[in-house]
Amino acid sequence: MSSKICAVIDYGMGNLHSASKALEHVSNNTKVLVTSDPDLILKADHVVLPGVGAMRDCMGEILRLEVDQVVAEVAKTKPLLGICVGMQALMNHSEENNGVNCLGHFDGEVKFFGEPLIGTQGIEADQKLKVPHMGWNQVKQVTHPLWNKIEDDSRFYFVHSFYVDAKNKSQVKGFGHYGKDFAAAISQDNVFAVQFHPEKSHTAGLQLLENFLNWDGQD
Amino acid sequence: MALAKRIIPCLDVDNGRVVKGVQFVDIRDAGDPVEVAKRYDEQGADEITFLDITASSDDRATTIHTVEAIAEQVFIPLTVGGGIRTIEDIRNMLNAGADKTAINSAAITNPEFVREAAEKFGSQCIVIAIDAKKVSKENEPGKWEIFTHGGRKPTGIDVVEWAIKMTHYGAGEVLLTSMDQDGVKSGFDIELTRAVSEAVSVPVIASGGVGNLQHLADGVTLGKADAVLAASIFHFGEHTVQEAKEHMQKEGIEVRL
Repeated sequence: MSSKICAVIDYGMGNLHSASKALEHVSNNTKVLVTSDPDLILKADHVVLPGVGAMRDCMGEILRLEVDQVVAEVAKTKPLLGICVGMQALMNHSEENNGVNCLGHFDGEVKFFGEPLIGTQGIEADQKLKVPHMGWNQVKQVTHPLWNKIEDDSRFYFVHSFYVDAKNKSQVKGFGHYGKDFAAAISQDNVFAVQFHPEKSHTAGLQLLENFLNWDGQD
Repeated sequence: MALAKRIIPCLDVDNGRVVKGVQFVDIRDAGDPVEVAKRYDEQGADEITFLDITASSDDRATTIHTVEAIAEQVFIPLTVGGGIRTIEDIRNMLNAGADKTAINSAAITNPEFVREAAEKFGSQCIVIAIDAKKVSKENEPGKWEIFTHGGRKPTGIDVVEWAIKMTHYGAGEVLLTSMDQDGVKSGFDIELTRAVSEAVSVPVIASGGVGNLQHLADGVTLGKADAVLAASIFHFGEHTVQEAKEHMQKEGIEVRL
């Protein structure tokens, strides 16, 4: 049986080791490639757009390496998974670094959590919350194949100071809350993106990655 | 829905073995770091911290291999500290599979290193590690100073001011160890933890002094810590991470179970 290929897009931003190791861990017949080569990315069956660090640097590298065109091409046809800043890069625009235009695949703005950020509900009500939002928080799921075998309200590992405010709420497939509601997962057709780090989210995260590798890109 | 407070088992690693000392001396063997990390992962640890306590250059290759082996099997965040002095050290650890690196004495020698590291790799992977000793007297308001060289050398730097400065330089998290409490098992320095946690906007990990499960809960409820770190109560089988979380939940703390 010929094996499938999952390309993890390497545009020089940070740590791709974790994402590729976790994908390898859950893949049965998928070869994981960390690459910036457009040909290899366009030939892959599944594509992951990771990202850490500041948005200006991320978008700078994405444009410099012409990853934007590759992502636009991939987004038309193949299952694509955006992770953390990779999700934010798919939005229209980010407030980070005095404002950065992003890839505009999804309508919406990337906004700062704010300082001070004050909790609004439950145990966090009226508490001053730390920014970045760092640690394990719950995600309220909206039915989608990528949540297969993952219990609703499972916790995933987040590290971010900016959050996605999606314009089209029907695209939000996972709701998070930290002082305010934010999109923890967003999806349309064959593109799915998450604010948390599935590669660092233990069994729930590994299951999501496995679901992605088994996903044909249909809702 | 609320963010969970984290429990972080800490592996002090010397020459490829997990060890635990009392106040930085009197070392006791606690096993193979990869096996220990896997055990904590299975018990539901929220993160793992790996501190290379020898950190001489000869051992650096061993450390990188160990970090690689842990990262291949443990899919929760991994922080590596001990002897992180250059941008190259950070890059090597991240490439080996670490998610964050803890900078301690190199920041004291050259504070700009923290700024440079945060700009290069992002604040999310730069932890400022602070070893604090109380210098105020019993009836005075709390004051703590940073000590280096295993607690022997005072630096004259005020801990709270330093924590604020380092987070302004880009550190995304503070790992705060009380050298007075470390290994003593009588609980965190609550006053210190609270002073730092309330002074900075980023998460604070309380460290040093855990002897029972209530100490972990106190670190969060009284010390206002965002995460609690412990070593010996987990290493020698006194408690599992799961038990610690169940106890914290009973105390009204949000945890990931």
